Amino acid sequence: MATRHSRSAARLMMAPAVILLLGWMLVPLTMTLWFSFRKYLPLRGGDLGWVGFENYVRFVKSASFWPSVQATMTLVVGVLVITVVVGILLALLLDQPMWGQGVVRILVIAPFFVMPTVSALVWKNLMLDPINGFFGHLARSLGLQPVDWLSQASMPSIIMIVSWEWLPFATLILLTAFQSLDSEQLEAAEMDGAGPVARFFYIMVPHLARAITVVILIQTIFLLSIFAEIFVTTGGAFGTKTLTYLIYQRVLESQNVGLGSAGGVYAIILANIVAIFLMRIVGKNLDA
Amino acid sequence: MARAVKTRRKALNTALAWAVGVLIFFPILWVVVLSFKTEGDAIKTPLEVLTAPWTVESYGVVQERSDYVKHFFNSVVISVGSTLLGLLVAVPAAWSMAFVPSKRTKDILMWMLSTKMLPAVGVLYPIYLLFIQLGLLDTRLGLVVVLMLINLPIIVWMLYTYFREIPGEILEAARMDGAGLREEILYVLTPMAVPGMASTVLLNVILAWNEAFWTLNLTAAKAGPLTAFIASYSSPEGLFYAKLSAASTMAIAPILILGWFSQKQLVRGLTFGAVK
Repeated sequence: MATRHSRSAARLMMAPAVILLLGWMLVPLTMTLWFSFRKYLPLRGGDLGWVGFENYVRFVKSASFWPSVQATMTLVVGVLVITVVVGILLALLLDQPMWGQGVVRILVIAPFFVMPTVSALVWKNLMLDPINGFFGHLARSLGLQPVDWLSQASMPSIIMIVSWEWLPFATLILLTAFQSLDSEQLEAAEMDGAGPVARFFYIMVPHLARAITVVILIQTIFLLSIFAEIFVTTGGAFGTKTLTYLIYQRVLESQNVGLGSAGGVYAIILANIVAIFLMRIVGKNLDA
Repeated sequence: MARAVKTRRKALNTALAWAVGVLIFFPILWVVVLSFKTEGDAIKTPLEVLTAPWTVESYGVVQERSDYVKHFFNSVVISVGSTLLGLLVAVPAAWSMAFVPSKRTKDILMWMLSTKMLPAVGVLYPIYLLFIQLGLLDTRLGLVVVLMLINLPIIVWMLYTYFREIPGEILEAARMDGAGLREEILYVLTPMAVPGMASTVLLNVILAWNEAFWTLNLTAAKAGPLTAFIASYSSPEGLFYAKLSAASTMAIAPILILGWFSQKQLVRGLTFGAVK
């Protein structure tokens, strides 16, 4: 039983972490909120006063807003579909008995540890470049016209790069979930005459549901703030300007802090909606 | 008969899995291959590349031209520094949450995680402004602090889950034997917590090493870690494939090796214990 003495000691030990995170959350958040209601152009006159909700309205009404929402959605949904579907298949494959399983696992997981700027640059130049890239060489050797992927199919290319980075994460988590599957349950179903397809859909998929949800939620939070991959490949051109990138451009490139901050508030709200669902799952698990 | 079928299936699985694995790994493999070629050879067709002579000259050029060592050192300082600083703050917090839980422990833990979900771009300008005013822009100290704060929730969370696995009876026994809080932590808890702490450090060093939003936006030439160093190759001049490959190989090799050691912690650390 914890004594009063140990309770206050515990509170004291928690204090630094709590205070730091509180500061980290509240100070910038308050500033962003404050800026979002002001006309603030650091290079063109500085803080020009209170403007109410004008920034919020202007941000939504600007010509680049809806395309950016669309680009964000396309990127997030595209990557999610690819990583979850391929991840399930891959996890299923890796769960089978085979020789050299450890090595294959290492090969599959590797992309996750590559820093985003490296992945993006390597894909942009060594793989996708139409003249010197691997795909270009491959296309020419097959007698095809090489495609300038990043300008002609820019969004699919970025989706592919990001999927390549996140597939290991999805696979690893789904594999962990597969491995906790009760093999007796599977055998019983097999005895009762359930074929491989039925076993997959009626036993494995329900068992995976929780892991899939977690993969989707966590990836969504990270994918909403994808930055480096766009920064080094297209720089937001060719319809790849996501909400995050648009805000970045407003704030640091065109130095319209008020407008960018209003966009930031939208991004925070969006991320919070996703986070609420994630927290619920994590919270439930904490009770168990 | 059944055995033969099993073996054949295993062979089939093996072939398929290896094919997929090599396919996924291929871009990394190709980077390593190109890094050992001359610039002239690096842009030839794949077959010509493979048969071209191997050389390490690109590694030398990269080092000379762009101070690889300086950026590497920045990466090490920033990732290790932020992790250790985070550990310093997180260990007491996680310890008290795991061993002296109160009704609010769960809420605090969840709130800490929720700060992790704050999109960086939403607070980009305030941080940028604060950094200018505090003179932290393009300093390693500034990044150490920011990355510590970003990863703090994960560090606290991971430590908490590890600490919770330590049986409470042992602590009680130690208390019975007259151990105070200090002895309890030093002689009972620490030895049992070291493996969990090591895993936490490993994963967070990796996360900090690869972080590419704050490191790109808050640094320039002086404190830029490898993420920024590599990004400087995005506007190429002339032939640069071999150099880019050499630089990339050097930037990812250390962390790839660490990463292979931390596969299991990855799941625990990044799903906040929601998948077991």
